[in-house]
Amino acid sequence: MTEIPAHLLKRSQAAKSAADGGAGAPAAVSVSDDDGQTIPRSLLEQSQQSGASAPAASGGVATMAPPLMAGPSGNTHRLLTVVKSGSIQDVKASPGDKVHVWPHLLAAEFTAALFITAFTLVFSLFINAPLLELANHNATPNPSKAPWYFLGLQELLTMFDPMIAGVTIPGVVLVLLGFAPYIDRNPSNRPEDRKFAISIQTIHLMFWAVLVIIGSFFRGQGFNFTYPWDTGLHGIFHL
Amino acid sequence: MANSIEKRKQTLPEKLQQGTGAATDWMQGSQFWTSVFRPGSIFRKGYTDSPRNRSYVIMNSVLYHLHPVKVKRHAVKVSYTLCLGGLSFFLFILLTITGIFLMFFYRPTAAAAWSDIESLHTQVSFGLLVRNMHRWAAHLMVISVFLHMARVFYHGAYKAPREFNWIIGVVLLKLTLLLSFTGYLLPWDQLSLWAVTVGTNMMGFTPVFGDQVRFVLLGGKQIGAETLLRWYVLHVLMLPFVLVIFLAIHFWRVRKDGGISGPL
Repeated sequence: MTEIPAHLLKRSQAAKSAADGGAGAPAAVSVSDDDGQTIPRSLLEQSQQSGASAPAASGGVATMAPPLMAGPSGNTHRLLTVVKSGSIQDVKASPGDKVHVWPHLLAAEFTAALFITAFTLVFSLFINAPLLELANHNATPNPSKAPWYFLGLQELLTMFDPMIAGVTIPGVVLVLLGFAPYIDRNPSNRPEDRKFAISIQTIHLMFWAVLVIIGSFFRGQGFNFTYPWDTGLHGIFHL
Repeated sequence: MANSIEKRKQTLPEKLQQGTGAATDWMQGSQFWTSVFRPGSIFRKGYTDSPRNRSYVIMNSVLYHLHPVKVKRHAVKVSYTLCLGGLSFFLFILLTITGIFLMFFYRPTAAAAWSDIESLHTQVSFGLLVRNMHRWAAHLMVISVFLHMARVFYHGAYKAPREFNWIIGVVLLKLTLLLSFTGYLLPWDQLSLWAVTVGTNMMGFTPVFGDQVRFVLLGGKQIGAETLLRWYVLHVLMLPFVLVIFLAIHFWRVRKDGGISGPL
């Protein structure tokens, strides 16, 4: 059990003796707390009375005397002299700069939802989703490409052994990405403190972006390198 | 006498306005109305823009109470989040709605799939438009989820206490890619067949269990009618089901970890 600090013990004893000695003239006695603020005796008395009258009002124990340990000589008021008021009432020292979600956030979200729906609708009015001929196992299109977000992997497969391009690189990348919070031990989130992390991530994202762009637009017949302005996008890229 | 003259002077629009006003009052005062719209609803009688009502709007709505009543001021700045996480979620909702529409006209069999899509284009009202929306929203969702991940990284928002939510986010990114990839096969045209062939061949390179995983996913040695049914079930039921569970954890953790990160 932790020891009660000496200054608190002293204060508690002072309060107890004040309560014992001042029973005859309650209004004159007051208890001083750490900040030098005084709690008038009458207020303590008042809170004790209302505490005692509450059960009476609810009809339970109408004729009961004040609870044994809650009076001027009990624990409650001595405890109140020990605990600073600010530590109970003001849990958060400063509430911070906050705004109501309605309307500030909900309005922004609604606008974003409206915008993305309108954009998709208008885009869909003018550009049709592709539908080529019926699937045919005997007619391999040239080039055959994976969906665009896997073209980085397909591009890697042209350069490395499948074991490296298809397994090792994406595997390592996914593991590193997933465990990034445990690898990056730097507690700061200010960009100027995170130059290394930001550089690495930017290189990593650019790596995939460049591979996807090459795979999408610069690979023609036989997945050979080509320029989109030479061959045209038709036939080499579908969404 | 003067009163009756004034009454006669009332024009028809004024009378209508008075009438609708009275009707609105009657409707908003009814027991039905007050039972439907909880305190704080903007449709309730006597709604005023007070801090108390602003809190009630959030607390008394099943949809909005995903949010806390108040958020940090910088969190509502569009320039901070670019709303990318929200956009990903809206796109998922849009994809669910358009996807349900498409399910009414599509059979996942090798014999019917392609012709169902074709007749969707030519014979179903708004069929082509809804399919276009489904396809473009799917691509947009992949992009927005990817950008959301980049945004979170650049803000250092994966750091304590948000490490676990970052992992959930990486799982959601993979699920998004899988959802898009399984949907890619369903039109059963040359594009989908060969894109998925290339994609699943890459999967086969995985050591030890690569071939087995590929076999289970394809329902055979190569893509066929069984693959179509499997990927259909994955696409319309299983993956969305798993995604929604992870989404729920993701959103819940945003709040439990103290709201969005920052300011920088």
